[in-house]
Amino acid sequence: MILKIRDLPNEEYWLEGNPACHGCPAAIGLRMALKALGPRTVMVVPAGCVTIIQGSYPKTSAGVPLMNIAFAAASSAASGVAAALDFKGIKDVNVLVWAGDGATSDIGMASISGAAERNADIIYVCYDNEAYMNTGVQRSSSTPIGAWTTTTVTGKVEPKKDLPSIMMMHRVPYVATASVAYPLDFIEKIQKAAKMRGFKYIHLHSPCPPGWKFPSEKTIEVGRLAVQTGSWITFEVENGVFKLSNPSLPFVNKGRRRSLDLYLKAQGRFARMTPEEKAKFEGAIEENWTMVENYIKISKVYTPR
Amino acid sequence: MAKHKVMSGNYAVAYGAALSRVELISAYPITPQTSVVEKLSEMIETGGLNAKLVRVESEHSALAACIGGASAGARTFTATSSHGLLYMNEMVFWAGYGRLPVVMAVITRSIAPPWGIWSEHTDLLAQRDTGWVTMMVQSNQEALDSIIQAYAIAEDEDVMLPVMVGLDAFTVSHTSVPVELPSQEEVDRFLPRGADHSYLLDFARPKTMGNLAYPEWNMEFRYLLEKAMKNAERKIITVDKKFSSEFGRTYGGSVEHYRMEDAKYAVVVVGAPAGEAKDAVDLLRKRGIDAGVVRVRVIRPFPKVALRSSLAGLKGVAVLDRDISPGLGGILFSELTSALYGVKRPPAVRGFIAGLGGREIKVEDIIYTVESLVTSVEEGPADNEWLDVKKELLP
Repeated sequence: MILKIRDLPNEEYWLEGNPACHGCPAAIGLRMALKALGPRTVMVVPAGCVTIIQGSYPKTSAGVPLMNIAFAAASSAASGVAAALDFKGIKDVNVLVWAGDGATSDIGMASISGAAERNADIIYVCYDNEAYMNTGVQRSSSTPIGAWTTTTVTGKVEPKKDLPSIMMMHRVPYVATASVAYPLDFIEKIQKAAKMRGFKYIHLHSPCPPGWKFPSEKTIEVGRLAVQTGSWITFEVENGVFKLSNPSLPFVNKGRRRSLDLYLKAQGRFARMTPEEKAKFEGAIEENWTMVENYIKISKVYTPR
Repeated sequence: MAKHKVMSGNYAVAYGAALSRVELISAYPITPQTSVVEKLSEMIETGGLNAKLVRVESEHSALAACIGGASAGARTFTATSSHGLLYMNEMVFWAGYGRLPVVMAVITRSIAPPWGIWSEHTDLLAQRDTGWVTMMVQSNQEALDSIIQAYAIAEDEDVMLPVMVGLDAFTVSHTSVPVELPSQEEVDRFLPRGADHSYLLDFARPKTMGNLAYPEWNMEFRYLLEKAMKNAERKIITVDKKFSSEFGRTYGGSVEHYRMEDAKYAVVVVGAPAGEAKDAVDLLRKRGIDAGVVRVRVIRPFPKVALRSSLAGLKGVAVLDRDISPGLGGILFSELTSALYGVKRPPAVRGFIAGLGGREIKVEDIIYTVESLVTSVEEGPADNEWLDVKKELLP
């Protein structure tokens, strides 16, 4: 297990000089995930920011084999890779899907649900920047209520889809939420997933400077604020057993959460948020924590398939 | 030793895939494809077939799983029909443009609305620009043999393209006739396991596949695909010849001829209706009309040269289209007349739309097409004529 950042291997599998935006959370997350997984990893990438971040032909930013695939097809293509590995008796290769929230919670919903139900032996990371950033900040089902996007210029009306819960209800061996602002927690989860067989889902909260409208040096700061205000909750469900993760541990106590305004005001996308939208946003946070508290009490939420 | 077994076209496809030692199958049920995958599932679960079956939630995912599997070096197979084929269209292009040797059986079926489960070729022909080698068989035996041939074509180093094998819904897929089942040893000899193209598993020299290619890099991929299609044109013929010498059956490579040696007229047809066309030609010859059948077995790469040499010099050609490109007419008619442009002594060509939505194409219908052709060869080019449209049903 990696305990400190300095314990990470020096090898880089997501190469320097790639064309990610300054402060890009996907590039930070990829770098950490691949350091944790090592070179015997096959990446499957649907359309999204990583289509760009990986660089253009004949170059690549990926230091491991990578197959691009159509928007909706990452889970099923990865299922095929995993099945081929199974047929060949290869057991030491990680199949990693790296997909955005649009590819996961919208267009790829059927295929991820299918792969989870079949318990395909893959690690699926959804880097959630809460909109279609690659195409220029259009709303997705993962965009939170009140957020500006180019297709919700007066603020999104609907609340964020709760994808981690949907994945939990597939009763897969591993579901976790993480944040790029807490790399050690994320790395630990990736490493845990790599040791398990079957479908592993990690939902990575990924603050996007141009899309959320904050300065590019503040990615980690905004990510931390999301956790510290209780807006994003890090947890894991390992073989059906629910556990609140270290970054969120203090904030189960509502009194220790920082003011939500700190998180909202750090981002231009919430500049026009109405009091009603803010109330709903806060309501959703409360509901999420109530759910988490109940899961903590239940502990074993489900029996994995 | 080969043995004989009475089986449906769909079972023939399943046996063809099993004898080809497929390693990864992924499919989603649609009528009338289901019994292909049911049979393969049974073979895996109780019959000792060593393959993985990924039972996916859609056709889009079925082909995506084959694409992932083929990228990791597995021999992959899927089967679908009609709406399933249309639903996977994005992945059909991905497999073709990705140069992955997937083999897919397509049980040709009409497209809704209105719903119909019976044969029409529009579903298959709508995929003709996807970069797949595309075949259409006439019989159960040819279905089995063509699946085996398909892997030999697809995995050839100079081809590396996916192959689609079409068969008519019900008239082939669900009609049981005796089929010669080659032995595993014979098929293994014909179809040795080729090089492992598992580019995704090259960890020493990791590759990124399919990433963004700017205009200065992009066009060459399509040029190479077109070149691979040209190579496939030759490979289809050599594979069919080799198959013939090993198993004693030939399908003419890309184009099958029936009584064409001395023919003055030809019926050009695709798929199962070739059976009716052959019966029609036998009857026409008794009436003194020297007709033959040219069955277009391979739709991509379109056998332009072979068709020119088959048809140039004839008096007339009747093209039977069990498909429709609304606003253009018969797809085969259009492609055939385009192929014949500029040949010396071009035949008169008449197009006929028939058998859409599974309507029966009768021997008399085909006799009619040739007889009307004979009486109109001196007239100029004609548009497609619809056969057996019931005027009393029209508003």
